[in-house]
Amino acid sequence: MVKVTVDMDKCQHYGQCCFEAEDVFALDESGKLVYSKEADESRRADIESAADVCPMQAITVE
Amino acid sequence: MRRVVIVGAGLGGLRAAESLRSAGYTDSIAIVGDEVYLPYNRPPLSKEALAGGIDFEGLEFRRKASVDDVEWLLGTPVAGCDLSLRTVTLCDGATLEFDGLVVATGIRPRRLPIPGPTGGRYALRTATDALAVREHLKPGATVIIMGAGFIGCEVAATAIKLGCTVHVVALDEEPMVRPLGLELGAAMRRRHEAQGVRFHLGHTIVAFSGDDDVRSATLSDGTELKADLVIEAVGSVANTEWLRGNDLDLSDGLLTDSAMQVPTTLAPVVAVGDLARHPNGLFGHVPRRIEHWNMPTETARRAGPTLAALLRGEEPDRSPFLGLPAFWSDQYDTKLQSFGMPGIADNAEVTSGSVDEACIIEYFDASGLVGVVGVDRTTELAPYRKALLARHEQGR
Ligand SMILES: Cc1cc2nc3c(=O)[nH]c(=O)nc-3n(C[C@H](O)[C@H](O)[C@H](O)COP(=O)(O)OP(=O)(O)OC[C@H]3O[C@@H](n4cnc5c(N)ncnc54)[C@H](O)[C@@H]3O)c2cc1C
Repeated sequence: MVKVTVDMDKCQHYGQCCFEAEDVFALDESGKLVYSKEADESRRADIESAADVCPMQAITVE
Repeated sequence: MRRVVIVGAGLGGLRAAESLRSAGYTDSIAIVGDEVYLPYNRPPLSKEALAGGIDFEGLEFRRKASVDDVEWLLGTPVAGCDLSLRTVTLCDGATLEFDGLVVATGIRPRRLPIPGPTGGRYALRTATDALAVREHLKPGATVIIMGAGFIGCEVAATAIKLGCTVHVVALDEEPMVRPLGLELGAAMRRRHEAQGVRFHLGHTIVAFSGDDDVRSATLSDGTELKADLVIEAVGSVANTEWLRGNDLDLSDGLLTDSAMQVPTTLAPVVAVGDLARHPNGLFGHVPRRIEHWNMPTETARRAGPTLAALLRGEEPDRSPFLGLPAFWSDQYDTKLQSFGMPGIADNAEVTSGSVDEACIIEYFDASGLVGVVGVDRTTELAPYRKALLARHEQGR
């Protein structure tokens, strides 16, 4: 299992992560980030990419 | 055991190391950087970190476990490089041998030779710069910002927030006019003016006066402005001096091909980030340097596999590079977000909302849509991004 944490104090809802792993990260209708706290191991590479492209560097992957 | 030397310990250098590892390169990597810090995030230096105080720990990039064994040579400027000998020379004269080289030295702010005192004049690129500027952004201080690009405008917004009096002096017709166009540039100016920023557009500074420190500035129209602090954000110079003497194209950054390989037969060399002048298959294959935060990551994703292949004696993938430039900017409560290259457009159209509120602006040239900017409209940009990424298939 991949454990995903987003620091919501840092997150500015730019949504860049959504393009890398759209099954894990999404913006809701009001533009706020929503995400899955756990994902299958097979999704690790894309989730790592999502963490890389976050302008606020708010995503931690364990 | 082979060795890759990466020169430049910023975002591009870090991502290049990670990308080499994921491309299967397992031998040694040394990263040489002139700053004393491990790679950290620069965009907050004009925004929240400048406003709130520079907490270096909070800016440092998370590094992947795959680069735990990288050798870091920090606080170590590289003075030169001999591609035929495959060595780089450090400032103390020591040399480092390499089998493959990654050029990731980025850019530095351009400084103008303006007569008068030099004290109190700052540029903003590093955490050290930001610490120095932060010291002086006190309530009541008068700040002159030279240049109305993104960094100048972001610093203006931050300085206003901190209670400073802010003047922006720039030759441009409107702030951020090159990337955003006249209409949105003018709207952004109105937002800044509503917060109290005073613009002096179409002008430059011809002289500073004061003893050791700048106390006032004279503009090209004769206006005299008092100043406690000057911040210069008038463009950039690529850090390529150390590459001279190797017969490389250093006319604007460092030229690469679509695989981020530097055209030379002397050694395997790739370049990433702000200084890499690379062709993009989405935008007519014209080699360009793009100073956006997402490009070090995008170019490194390509450069890692290229260098790994070259070191194995294999031909790298030279298909078109299709990384989509993207940028964001925060000024007051306004969030700008962009995909593509609005800066190369001939015309712009506001397609939803109004430029003085939330809106979407589409940018076109003869080939069609080349970019989009959303002002407080993040959620609506996904289809534009898709359309821009599809330009390649449509042969544009
Ligand atoms: C204040 C500020 C705000 C920004 N805001 C945004 C934003 O909102 N959105 C956006 O898209 N982009 C923004 N950017 C741009 C973004 O930060 C850059 O595109 C990115 O940092 C480029 O990474 P790089 O690795 O190419 O270069 P850098 O991060 O500059 O790294 C290059 C490193 O190489 C070092 N170096 C240079 N010469 C030598 C040498 N001879 N020997 C050894 N080391 C050397 C440099 O000191 C530096 O540490 C901003 C930049 C700044 C400065």
